[in-house]
Amino acid sequence: MSNITNQSLSEILESIKSKKISSLELTQAYIKNIENAKKLNAFVTTTFDHALESAKKFDNKPNNEQLLSGVPLAVKDLFCTENVKTTAGSNILNNFVPSYESTVTKNLWNNGAFLLGKLNCDEFAMGSSNETSFFGNVINPIGDHLVPGGSSGGSSSALAADLTPATIGTDTGGSIRQPASFTGTVGLKPTYGLCSRWGIVAFASSLDQAGPMTKTVNDCSIMLEAMSGFDEKDSTSINKKKESYSKNLKDNIKGLKIGIPKEYRVDNMPKEIDELWEKGKKILKDLGAQLIDISLPHTKYALPTYYIVAPAEASSNLARYDGVRYGYRSQKGKDLIEMYENTRSEGFGDEVKRRILIGTYVLSSGYYDAYYLKAQKVRQLIKKDFDDSFTKVDAILTPSTPSSAFKIGEKTNDPVSMYLNDIFTVPVNLAGLPALSLPAGLDKQGYPLGLQLIGKALDEQKILNIGYAFEKNCGYKNKIKKWWS
Amino acid sequence: MSLDKEKIKHVAKLARISVDEAKVDSLTKDLNSIFKFIEQLNELNTDKVEPLTSILNQSLRSRKDEISDGKIREKILKNSPKKNEEFFVVPKVVE
Repeated sequence: MSNITNQSLSEILESIKSKKISSLELTQAYIKNIENAKKLNAFVTTTFDHALESAKKFDNKPNNEQLLSGVPLAVKDLFCTENVKTTAGSNILNNFVPSYESTVTKNLWNNGAFLLGKLNCDEFAMGSSNETSFFGNVINPIGDHLVPGGSSGGSSSALAADLTPATIGTDTGGSIRQPASFTGTVGLKPTYGLCSRWGIVAFASSLDQAGPMTKTVNDCSIMLEAMSGFDEKDSTSINKKKESYSKNLKDNIKGLKIGIPKEYRVDNMPKEIDELWEKGKKILKDLGAQLIDISLPHTKYALPTYYIVAPAEASSNLARYDGVRYGYRSQKGKDLIEMYENTRSEGFGDEVKRRILIGTYVLSSGYYDAYYLKAQKVRQLIKKDFDDSFTKVDAILTPSTPSSAFKIGEKTNDPVSMYLNDIFTVPVNLAGLPALSLPAGLDKQGYPLGLQLIGKALDEQKILNIGYAFEKNCGYKNKIKKWWS
Repeated sequence: MSLDKEKIKHVAKLARISVDEAKVDSLTKDLNSIFKFIEQLNELNTDKVEPLTSILNQSLRSRKDEISDGKIREKILKNSPKKNEEFFVVPKVVE
């Protein structure tokens, strides 16, 4: 089977079940793809021996009753994996080998999948282009000069280039949805608390959430079902019954009310984004959904709020990197304090240092009320905007990003212009809501563009259903030439 | 407001990050442009708004105060850059 790797996860699972292909053949096919795709720089670590061994074990005694039976998966290098190096894209963790497994990855393995490798990402998930990684930038398979988005850029690149049948990322301000949009793939940020944060390298704990990145909406529902669930080890994990997202996937969306927020535009937004949004509205309307104009008046304040809340939490979370218990330690410094200062200065990259300094400043004595408390109040207003809207609508449709994939190096000298990339994705994190980014069209350069569906808390099934219906009627196909191999 | 170089050095001290003198200028410029962006929030009157402290409609769970793990000293010490058999080793702190 020469082209098994360009199929969807659900098709691959079917092929394994019907014994059209063995788990070993499948794994070998991905390994071959990965070895031919070094130029993309999507992997930090590969675990081929483990994958081959697990595949053989599966083939000897196949259990096809599981959600992810016999499938190799690469995951973002932000998930701790037992006895496999976990770097978070940082020099400060470049020798860190966890002695435990994150709950989310453990859930994947318990559902029959096994690890293929660890995917590059922005350092500590801080970035929108995968250019802040200590292990170098990742390249978008769409074009050799393009960023794959970030922070889950290794994940989006590997998925679009057929280096893994599906993957998982984390999303603190858009880090799943923006890279999905830039690579023509599907990405879901679940409701805060649906997937356990235990064992994920922490960035901003009140915003971080793991989620699936896949080729189709059906695949997305399978992955979400496998990875989600209550976890005692995460104090903010929601204790509720597990849902069968894939079994309950339906494409009938007749009568659903879709909100269209007038604030989701920016100055100089390319006309193509507007046209894409119009196209999305028409598809949903033709399927029998009702479009309703809504207002989310505090949208423009979401990004400034995020750049207080996220760095504040990050400065606190990243205080643990002290060169004592794990990770990199500087050899310079005459006493303990200097050792800390040099370790952190040499171990962290520029963007991470910037955010730690912002966070330290906004939490420092005399400034807390003016910044952090203010941001927590505005966060309340942003959440209230969504609460009010969801009394009138079932879901909200917006563009995923204000532009298509940009060029490598284009925004690295201007942090604020980089941050503006997340303008449509950040509000959802602040409100803790689920949101799905769907490939919806191409711009005039042929680069993918995405649309975002935002749902009520814990209403993943509904946005997956809308996405499923949308996908069937949109006719989007990724046209990637394998220029890298 | 604007951040000057001295303030940035002070914050860096608080954050235990040594700042390369050659980079202070560009850091000052970047941080000031970020704070200019952040300070859009001052347009909003939030006097009567309660700060959001949790997005979950549930309070944090408490668990029984019982030992559920332990005797894993080796595992904990495994990743330390400098250790002896029982302890993490740091530069001398007491004379």
